[in-house]
Amino acid sequence: MADNRNVKIHVENLQKSFGKHKVLTGITTDIHEGEVVVVIGPSGGGKSTFLRCINRLEEISSGTVIVDGYDVSSKKTDINKMRENVGMVFQHFNLFANLNVLGNLMLAPTELKKANKQEAKEEALKMLDMVGLLEKAEAFPHQLSGGQKQRVAIARALCMHPDIMLFDEPTSALDPEMVGEVLAVMKELAKKGMTMVVVTHEMGFARDVADRVLFIADGIIVEEGTPEQIFQNPQNQRTIDFLNCVL
Amino acid sequence: MGRILSEYGIYLLEALGKTLLLALLGLFFGCIIGVVFGLLSVVKSKVCNWISLVYVNIIRGIPMIVLALFVYIGVPYAFKNFFGTRVMLTSLAAGTICLAVNCGAYMSEIIRAGIQAIDPGQMEAARSLGLPYWKSMFRVVLPQAIKNMVPSIVNQFIITLKDTSILSVIGFPELVNKGQNIIARTFMSFQTWIIVGVMYLFVILVLQWVAKMLERRLNRGR
Repeated sequence: MADNRNVKIHVENLQKSFGKHKVLTGITTDIHEGEVVVVIGPSGGGKSTFLRCINRLEEISSGTVIVDGYDVSSKKTDINKMRENVGMVFQHFNLFANLNVLGNLMLAPTELKKANKQEAKEEALKMLDMVGLLEKAEAFPHQLSGGQKQRVAIARALCMHPDIMLFDEPTSALDPEMVGEVLAVMKELAKKGMTMVVVTHEMGFARDVADRVLFIADGIIVEEGTPEQIFQNPQNQRTIDFLNCVL
Repeated sequence: MGRILSEYGIYLLEALGKTLLLALLGLFFGCIIGVVFGLLSVVKSKVCNWISLVYVNIIRGIPMIVLALFVYIGVPYAFKNFFGTRVMLTSLAAGTICLAVNCGAYMSEIIRAGIQAIDPGQMEAARSLGLPYWKSMFRVVLPQAIKNMVPSIVNQFIITLKDTSILSVIGFPELVNKGQNIIARTFMSFQTWIIVGVMYLFVILVLQWVAKMLERRLNRGR
């Protein structure tokens, strides 16, 4: 773990409740620049909620979250400015159904005056090339396969040139034969030094790409460490049980 | 029937014109009211949701004939008792208000349902890119919602067009009102109502045909 690098995401005693149901009961961690953090754990344990609190898609109940210098936990923070810097990829892709692929990629950069139409288009084509979908530029989302949709979604997030990328189970809704193509793009990103937080059930990806693995269950980080530590020598009984089930 | 057509044809066409004028005015303002209250019912504000809910429920709970008599007769009467001056609304103005307020309430519900039927993931994805709420709404959610709303909106247009007939009770010279006049002079109610009915039917069939064309064009991109 490279603790001398800049802290990109600082989370301190993060708590989140939905009504009476406490989903996160106190999460504390720092994520550094260029670090790839993979979050694993049982369903309903709070992994996705943790991720969604980072860019405030979920309102934080208590605690502190600071992303790129923006205090996400404060109501006064310009949340849109902060989100421009934090890309997110969803389990169900969420491509804009009313726009074609290029439209999906160009909407935010042009609307937010990051680029004029021409620049945004060039940038979009570059990103599409990176995810290997240049020939789908004019296609509409419903004409794409799941894997292609997810790669477009990644390209869409990258068009804003984020410093941080959040992945919320990006391969969980995919047919098995399409998982590889999406993971390949994510590996590429990791190699380029992107700061990434990835919630996933792909243990292989965690082992190969993660700098650090967080095991979240029952609303807390039960155990964390390098992939070797977590997968080969887990300490906590909860982690051991979970890994026995999935590996 | 020939006698009514030859003697009162122009008279009935004029009435049809008035019907259409009233319907268009009512729909125009009704749509504006509908969009405003529809959006109020989906934004993340309890107060806004509540305002919209109260409006929709009051209007849906009152028959338009009651509303029409209230606006056209009740309100000016109270006004005179209270301030001593006489203020008359024309039947066109009163009719437009009733129609718009009524149509607006139903449109608001169509728009609310249309927006809520869009996957919340669309809004989340737009917001996660840094787009503000209203930009996300107008560029991503509404374009998809409107496409789904078209059949319901057309349906509401037809209902509003037929609702103009209710405003015959406040003396607005539309088709039903004029039809009654003709019957008072000729005693030919069977023939007159058939002609009036066919005139409504014709307009609505044309409207439906236009709507089909529009729908087909909107769906071309899919």
